[in-house]
Amino acid sequence: MSPKFPHTARRDFIKQVSAVGTLSALSPAFIRQAFAADKLVVGVIYVGPKDDYGYSQAQAQAAAAIKKMPGVTVVEQERVPETADVQKVMASMIEQDGASLIFPTSFGYFDPHTLKMAEKYPEARFAHCGGLWSTGKHPKNAGSYFGYIDECQYLNGVVAGHATKSKKLGFIAAKPIPQVLRNINAFTMGAQSVNPAITTQVIFTGDWLLPVKEAEAANSLVDQGIDVITMHVDSPKVIVELCERRGIFVCGYHADQSALAPKGYLHGAEWNWLTPYSEHVKAAMGKAPMNNFLRGGLKEGFVKTSAYGKPVSEGARKNAEGIKAGMMKGEFAIFKGPIKDNTGKVVVPPGTVYKQTDVVLEQMNYLVSGVFGKV
Amino acid sequence: METSGLGWWGVLIAVIGGAIRISTPFLFVSLGECLTEKSGRINLGLEGTLVMGAMAAYGVSYMTGNPWLGVLVAGLAGLCLGILHGAVCGLPRVNDIAVGIGLMMLGTGFAFFLGKPFVQPKAPTLPAFQLGLWSDSPQIQAALQINVLFPTGIALALAMHWAFRNTRFGLIVRVVGDSADAARAMGYPVNSVRTLTTALGGFLAGVGGSFLSLYYPGSWNEGLSSGQGLMAVALVIFARWRPLHCFLAALLFGGASALGPALQSVGISAGYYLFNAAPYVLTLIIMIATCSTRRTLAGAPGELSVVR
Amino acid sequence: MSSAKSDALPPAYDVDASATVNEIRRFAESLLIPVGALAAALLLFGAFMALIGKNPLEVFILIYKGGFGSSFSWQNTLQRAAPLILTALCVALPAQAGLVMIGGEGALVLGGLGAAVAGSALSGAPAAVALAAMALTAMLVGAVWIAGCGALRHYRGVNETISSLLMAYIAIALFNHLVEGPLRDPRSLNKPSTLPIPDTHMLGTIPGLDVHWGLAIGVLACLILQIWVRRTVQGFAVRIVGGNVRAARLAGLPVGVLILIACALGGAMAGLAGMVEVAAVHGSANASLMAGYGYTGILVAFIARHNPMAIVPVALLLGGINASGGMLQRRLDLPDATALVLQGMAFMMVLASESLYGRFKIFQPKGP
Repeated sequence: MSPKFPHTARRDFIKQVSAVGTLSALSPAFIRQAFAADKLVVGVIYVGPKDDYGYSQAQAQAAAAIKKMPGVTVVEQERVPETADVQKVMASMIEQDGASLIFPTSFGYFDPHTLKMAEKYPEARFAHCGGLWSTGKHPKNAGSYFGYIDECQYLNGVVAGHATKSKKLGFIAAKPIPQVLRNINAFTMGAQSVNPAITTQVIFTGDWLLPVKEAEAANSLVDQGIDVITMHVDSPKVIVELCERRGIFVCGYHADQSALAPKGYLHGAEWNWLTPYSEHVKAAMGKAPMNNFLRGGLKEGFVKTSAYGKPVSEGARKNAEGIKAGMMKGEFAIFKGPIKDNTGKVVVPPGTVYKQTDVVLEQMNYLVSGVFGKV
Repeated sequence: METSGLGWWGVLIAVIGGAIRISTPFLFVSLGECLTEKSGRINLGLEGTLVMGAMAAYGVSYMTGNPWLGVLVAGLAGLCLGILHGAVCGLPRVNDIAVGIGLMMLGTGFAFFLGKPFVQPKAPTLPAFQLGLWSDSPQIQAALQINVLFPTGIALALAMHWAFRNTRFGLIVRVVGDSADAARAMGYPVNSVRTLTTALGGFLAGVGGSFLSLYYPGSWNEGLSSGQGLMAVALVIFARWRPLHCFLAALLFGGASALGPALQSVGISAGYYLFNAAPYVLTLIIMIATCSTRRTLAGAPGELSVVR
Repeated sequence: MSSAKSDALPPAYDVDASATVNEIRRFAESLLIPVGALAAALLLFGAFMALIGKNPLEVFILIYKGGFGSSFSWQNTLQRAAPLILTALCVALPAQAGLVMIGGEGALVLGGLGAAVAGSALSGAPAAVALAAMALTAMLVGAVWIAGCGALRHYRGVNETISSLLMAYIAIALFNHLVEGPLRDPRSLNKPSTLPIPDTHMLGTIPGLDVHWGLAIGVLACLILQIWVRRTVQGFAVRIVGGNVRAARLAGLPVGVLILIACALGGAMAGLAGMVEVAAVHGSANASLMAGYGYTGILVAFIARHNPMAIVPVALLLGGINASGGMLQRRLDLPDATALVLQGMAFMMVLASESLYGRFKIFQPKGP
């Protein structure tokens, strides 16, 4: 569990913060003064339980790490729905806790909630996870950060491509949205770089946390002869454990799940949110302008890969490491034409190379050829 | 590892396998609810009991290393929640449906509150045994891999079916459920009987929860139950308060739940939300087809508030 | 005495205008008993907090501060109460006719969807026209959805508690299918939504408050429906149906029609809640509409004993608990479920306190 404040320190903190709360209600000038102090209160908001062994936990780990930075206090709230509630939570963190930097970590918090609060509280900063912030359109004190985890999913695909015997891979995802489609496509193309005949069967469960449905999806994929599965759901634990029980390979997501599947765990795509978190915290403490569009992949340390599992062959490891080295140098592009979608339409023309930073990729609405599934 | 897919056979096998895998919690909760409702009271809070049981079972299994102890503790936790429901409903003028909703919140709340440390660790799960060794197909073997709680549930359904007809206890429960006045005239303590059946029903629901966390899907997290406890209550009415029909209803519901993912695995991906709603649509259609206003439902306990 | 039978849903108490003193006594009873129950629940909760090593006093102070301690926390509470008022009506109105309807969530999401479609289709129309059309569409969709459950109950004998629950699951599936399929705005990227309604057509906030108009709409709806239930012939007839269907039939009341009216009104309110969410918060229909307001509304209605005007304070109470739950998370590092535990305890205590009505002599009417 997370470290606790010593009791007295917490008391003082409450006194101090509630003093800020009552005074700030009286004089708006006081807010500015509180923000000007070299103490920084950071608010982090999660859409799910913050220890879900997945999406929210990856964010909570970064929050726990910045808690240790000198002068930083972190307040957290979990299971906040993407409704007017989250607006009130952001406002509470600012007005009641004196927070001046907020991390709303779910995509659905961006429009309209974060944007509205950013306009209402121009003195506070809002670093949102995954939103598409654009200059001129959105307030300057709001911004977004995200990681190019498709790089890791591509490497997952490479390792899976070496491991599969049936040449059939499975992908269990929540919803057909751009972030998910990009992962499915990267995973498939990684595998196809090993053997172009490899296909991926997708199952959409319809929501981010549906353990029974996810387990059923994994079972039916295995029944169809699929022998490597990866996923994009909030808590991958159930799928990873089920694959281990059914004796097939699995690639992890969000966090390192290798302990759950010692026999079948191949590789994993993990977040490293500490990088963007500490950049935003440092900028806020040093009064530096906010980086409104913060993106990075393996090279920038926004994402990382799990250690290779036992079943990964020497050849697979070498191949993946080679590609990874290219990514680290910024020389490797995943979305390089020609790419056709699975209806035969050309989606990336020959000669076109999308850099990871290209926002076109964040608007992806197709599945590449070789993926069975419908957007 | 089998390399060939089974196509449409795979869908059938997935539905059969899904029926076996998914039905067990429904079976236990609906049997528990059946017992409670037979005595004339409805416990809508078994969803909370199920979640509490799932958490307690996983936590105990993790801490002691013994999953069977987890099952027992899950049952006992359910028993406690059942006693609470029974006791509060025993007070005059207290509405049993409302108490059920309160119990749902309380059970879920405590389970989430106390379950935080158990999301990440891996607890020992219940063993499975293999009924499909006659087949070479790994798919069929996997579908017929069952947990001992499944046959226990079937045995329990049979036992309840027999006991309602042939034992003194069964008769008392039915009398209390059909007419409290008659039961009182015969000298039976109506409230105590109902509290007892609610407690036992809670026990079964708790055990059903332990199946979720200790066998399938076999992990504890806050999204583990997507309304199984609530649906199981619906299944009892659907099954007309007959334990054997509860078993069939649970199988049907489990199989229907497996249909959506299975169809996607063979490439039928349009409208997956609609396929995923199949169990609810199916239940509703059968209820509409079999209900009637002209006769009271056969087997319905006369004292039950929801059928009057 | 058969407790399960006598009060599926009793009219809370009869209005007796003859003696003011007696009315005051009754009012005091209906106020003090729930307040006492809540105090008992707080004590129990405090004991639980002490058990897990938190200082109960500190917890109580934070609950007060988070929910009711300042003008900011009051607005927080009011905002969280707003959607619950309308969804609670979706339980309380059918309850007048003796039905336990728990599927308000379904009417809410489909009502919201209808409102979003109407709103984006009328993006060229004047705001007032578009908003009225949105509200009407949402209410119509919600009314049809819940009245459907009422009709199944009356004409086919299908239990409405179960059917409304099933219908809610089906509504959510339908909603997801439409929002992520045929009705999806291709520009809504990682959050599939319908086409947005123009900013000019959004419901704003109540002047002087940081709370949207949904709160005022909800309070107004409670007021009107309270009058309908208590002061109109039709409302009275519905309550007779709720009290005893056989007596209602003998009195020649059109039982089926009355049940359908009560259900349709309730469903319309849940649909309206969906419209408010779309028009005041989201600007389109998307998965965020499924925030469980329909289910929390059940709780509100039951604590309010299905009394429309009592819904307002109860919704405020639950809104306040939710607001202060955030405070407990942020200051004491307690999990989100803390608010759920407190709500559950409060609810159980209030329910158990039902048995206390009529037990205290001081509250009982004196003389003829």
